[in-house]
Amino acid sequence: MISSVLAQVPVAPISAPAVDYAAVMPLLVVLGGACVSVLLEAFLPRHQRWPAQVALSVLVIAVAGVSLGIYAGDAPAAGVTTLSDALAIDVPTLFLWGTLLLLGLGSLLLIADRSVEPGGAFIASAEERAAVGATVGSAGTSEPGDEPEHVDRSYGAPGDAPTMQTEVFPFALFALGGMMGFVAANDLLTMFVALEVLSLPLYLMCGLARRRRLLSQEAAVKYFLLGAFASAFFLYGLALLYGYAGSVRLTDIANAAAGSLKSDALLFGGLALLIVGLMFKGSVGPFHTWTPDVYQGAPTPVTAFMAACTKVAAFGAILRVLHVAFGSTHWEWRGIMWAVAIASMFIGAILGLTQTDVKRMVAYSSIAHAGFLLLGAMAITREGVSGTLFYLLAYGFTTLAVFGVISLVRDSDGEATHLSQWAGLAKRSPILAGVMTFLLLALAGIPLTSGFTAKFAVFSAALQDGMAPLVVIALVASAVTAFFYLRVVVLMYFSETPADGPTVTVPGAFTTVAITLGVILTLLLGIVPTLALNWAGAGVLAG
Amino acid sequence: MNTIAPDSGGNVLLLVLLALPVLGALAMYPLRRNIPLAKGAAMGTALLEFVLVVVVYLSYSTEAAASGTRFQLEFSAPWIPAFGTHFAFGIDGIALVLIALTAFLVPGLMLFAWAEKLPEGRTMSGYFALLLATEATLIGVFTATDVFLFYVFFEAMLIPMYFLIGRFGGPNRQYASVKFFLYSLLGGLIMLASLIGLYVTSAEQLGQGTFTWTDLQAIAANTPTSTQIWLFVGFFVAFAIKAPLVPFHTWLPDASAEAPIVAAVLLVGVLDKVGTYGFLRYCLPLFPEASRTLAPLVLILAVIGILYGALLAVGQKDMSRFVAYTSIAHFGFIALGTFAFSSQAFAGAALYMVNHGLSTGMLFVMVGLLVARGGSRLISDYGGVSKLAPVLAGCLLLAGMSSLALPGTNSFVSEFLVLVGSYPREPVYTILATVGIVFAALYILWFYQQTMQGPVRGNAVIGALERAGAGGPGAMIDPNVAAKRGSGFPDLTKREIGVLAPLIVVIVVLGFFPGPLLDVINPSVAATMQEVGLPDPVSLGGIAR
Repeated sequence: MISSVLAQVPVAPISAPAVDYAAVMPLLVVLGGACVSVLLEAFLPRHQRWPAQVALSVLVIAVAGVSLGIYAGDAPAAGVTTLSDALAIDVPTLFLWGTLLLLGLGSLLLIADRSVEPGGAFIASAEERAAVGATVGSAGTSEPGDEPEHVDRSYGAPGDAPTMQTEVFPFALFALGGMMGFVAANDLLTMFVALEVLSLPLYLMCGLARRRRLLSQEAAVKYFLLGAFASAFFLYGLALLYGYAGSVRLTDIANAAAGSLKSDALLFGGLALLIVGLMFKGSVGPFHTWTPDVYQGAPTPVTAFMAACTKVAAFGAILRVLHVAFGSTHWEWRGIMWAVAIASMFIGAILGLTQTDVKRMVAYSSIAHAGFLLLGAMAITREGVSGTLFYLLAYGFTTLAVFGVISLVRDSDGEATHLSQWAGLAKRSPILAGVMTFLLLALAGIPLTSGFTAKFAVFSAALQDGMAPLVVIALVASAVTAFFYLRVVVLMYFSETPADGPTVTVPGAFTTVAITLGVILTLLLGIVPTLALNWAGAGVLAG
Repeated sequence: MNTIAPDSGGNVLLLVLLALPVLGALAMYPLRRNIPLAKGAAMGTALLEFVLVVVVYLSYSTEAAASGTRFQLEFSAPWIPAFGTHFAFGIDGIALVLIALTAFLVPGLMLFAWAEKLPEGRTMSGYFALLLATEATLIGVFTATDVFLFYVFFEAMLIPMYFLIGRFGGPNRQYASVKFFLYSLLGGLIMLASLIGLYVTSAEQLGQGTFTWTDLQAIAANTPTSTQIWLFVGFFVAFAIKAPLVPFHTWLPDASAEAPIVAAVLLVGVLDKVGTYGFLRYCLPLFPEASRTLAPLVLILAVIGILYGALLAVGQKDMSRFVAYTSIAHFGFIALGTFAFSSQAFAGAALYMVNHGLSTGMLFVMVGLLVARGGSRLISDYGGVSKLAPVLAGCLLLAGMSSLALPGTNSFVSEFLVLVGSYPREPVYTILATVGIVFAALYILWFYQQTMQGPVRGNAVIGALERAGAGGPGAMIDPNVAAKRGSGFPDLTKREIGVLAPLIVVIVVLGFFPGPLLDVINPSVAATMQEVGLPDPVSLGGIAR
């Protein structure tokens, strides 16, 4: 029967869709650069790979940035859709691309740094894992994650300084390309493909830590398994929505929802499953459970990349789905999203209080911030979009710099992430402590930092769209999160230094640049945010 | 609408006033290796700032204020157009006297801290940098005429004070500094909710959101009462925590006890005034309807504060906590005057802010001088000090008299104005508050008697004498002999007299001639009266001089 139905449909000639190359150029550059990066990895001798990969990555991002700048200069405010409407290149997309490229640059600089951890923070070969497993198994006394130093040097020629493993560069570029596709995707299938392109490299990158191998591998497996579940949720949601609307395009879903007398079950069932997949990526509580473990286990530069860029990508997609496909039905789903936002803010704020590890603490902070971001994403107004975009920009750079700082505080076992090891740090390294304090105040949302401007933008958008109680709850949650940020400040400034405390590594040029970039943007976005705010508010989501 | 986008520019005097301490604080960093130079530079900055404030004071025109100019020396430049915020500064009389108080106190405090022994690892340059930063944020808070900008300074103010307490404070400083910060931050965030609400309200009424104070004041009358009440509550909670009024006060005794003396003076003397100043400048004019509706609640809190603070002050063992509780009682008086809605009470409240800053500042300084000699903050560790250090005892007595508002001292004028001004509208609360005066006499005299009079006694005093005595540790010498020798527990040094003399002069002069301050305050009080929209029960002409 199906074949007879199909036979009746006139076969339209399949023509290649028109491509607006100028608009999609940044995306093409990044993905193309990622392919070249793979080739470099395959064909260059080991000692040439690091400089070549670093140069290529920076070049790719620079070229993508320039092409983005050229296009954004006279891009239509309403945006365009291209590749037969699979991608929407509008002002929010361009803004998010710019944010992602800058954050990606910062993260790549952290990743490329070889001076903080001799030879870089990464390890890649399978034999290493086996060797580590054997060492731990035979010694039997050492704790998981405390591998002896020699393991790090057991590859390469004997006596050589350890070389940097460079697989991480193509991974990072592919992930970045996936993120850029993710925020621009105008239909759910494209979004799903982009989701996988960004996720798979991230799973691998999490497992690359040179130190604390078991933690790192646990993080990678956990992230992969839960991420696979989340992808499955996303696909189920996609299927239900296709069943409802007969199309995977976001605008078609919106039209179907507006003029339909069909049961809403498929529509909202689909939305629920879809949004679960997206919120997993954005580490919104209660879908956050992977976040602390993965943030802690992954090598710190990768954590910085995940925390900053993945958050941007995930919320870019959430914004587009909620606004374009479900903007007209927001009265129906908003109640549930209120509950999710409140849960996320309080899970982040309250569990963050109990953490004793800096990286886990920042992970819970990221969950709380996801709740704040959701406030902006739920406000179906122009201010909601621009506020969320600005928040992502501000949060991304602050977090990037925070992880950059964390990677500098080390003892003989690698990074000293336990909070007690940070006691009295201000005495030994006043500049680092000052920078960290400034960044933590920004995360807490103190005025004259980007965190405050961002919170103001998001909360005022939420209040204008009738979410006053939620705003008050969010402000209370902000006060709670301030407590654990403050705890770090108290430790650094007011506590006595332990005798065997960690040292602060003098950062290499790359790390310095990344941290400086983060700090300067955090300050500038707090004092003169007009440029960024204007750009974020210059256009609407296309579709 | 016409003032929504005022052209930028104006008088830069206030900007200079704001920038100078900031620059001074920043200059401490390169000077940190040369402490004498750093101290000199900090003191120079503070003195120059005081001179500038005098210039501002002299260029403030009371005639213009009386003829309806709400703010003077205005400066405005657009800041974040997307939010409708401006770098807008300007002063009215109330702000002016508080700025003058700040700039007057800071050089003296630096002189007081000149040779202070800091905790290990802390430097004098950092200490003075934080003092200057606090001064800058205070000046910012008092001069801002954009509500958003005010909020920014209101929150920024916490940070230098947090570090002053946490880095330079007493043994329990971590707990105290975090408690202070979290309390204030929570208040600030609740205020932020109202701030955003105010912005949204203005956007609804004007078509475009604004934070300019005058624009917001202009639309205040059209805002529905229910909205006003919600917005008022947000601002009120923040200011009540800052002031602090009684249910929100528990951070103050901890913070002021653990803070170094100079920080305690700034905290209780000026920083807390931001709360009461906020009532007068923001709560009343921006939410007049809500202020009138909720005034009885505030008055109840105020009277509870007066009585409860006084009772707790009587029971304190620690001198710094004692002063903190007396201040809570005084803040009750200020709140009473503010929510009694008469021009006399307003003027009294505004003057009270200045006078309380002076008298409490001096009390804290006296406590600091005692602690510097005896090494203990406990009241019971001191006794009979007047025999050893009569000048010190005399100064303490004067500070105490000023605090209990004895006629002839500055505080009398303001307390009298508050009570006289409050009586016509709120007789019951005023009578209850008057009881607080009796308590004030009780706790001040009790404190003076315990520490200063009677035979020389107390662990701190005896200990100091023993340490200085000829015998080794533990050798008991006759305290009266030691007193004659003048060792161990010395009287005021020249530097200490230098710190106290200006305070004493001002306290006494303002007790007899409050005119210069009242002349500046009165036109702004009249303007506030108009903004509240209630008839004045007593005409302005009746204000005592």
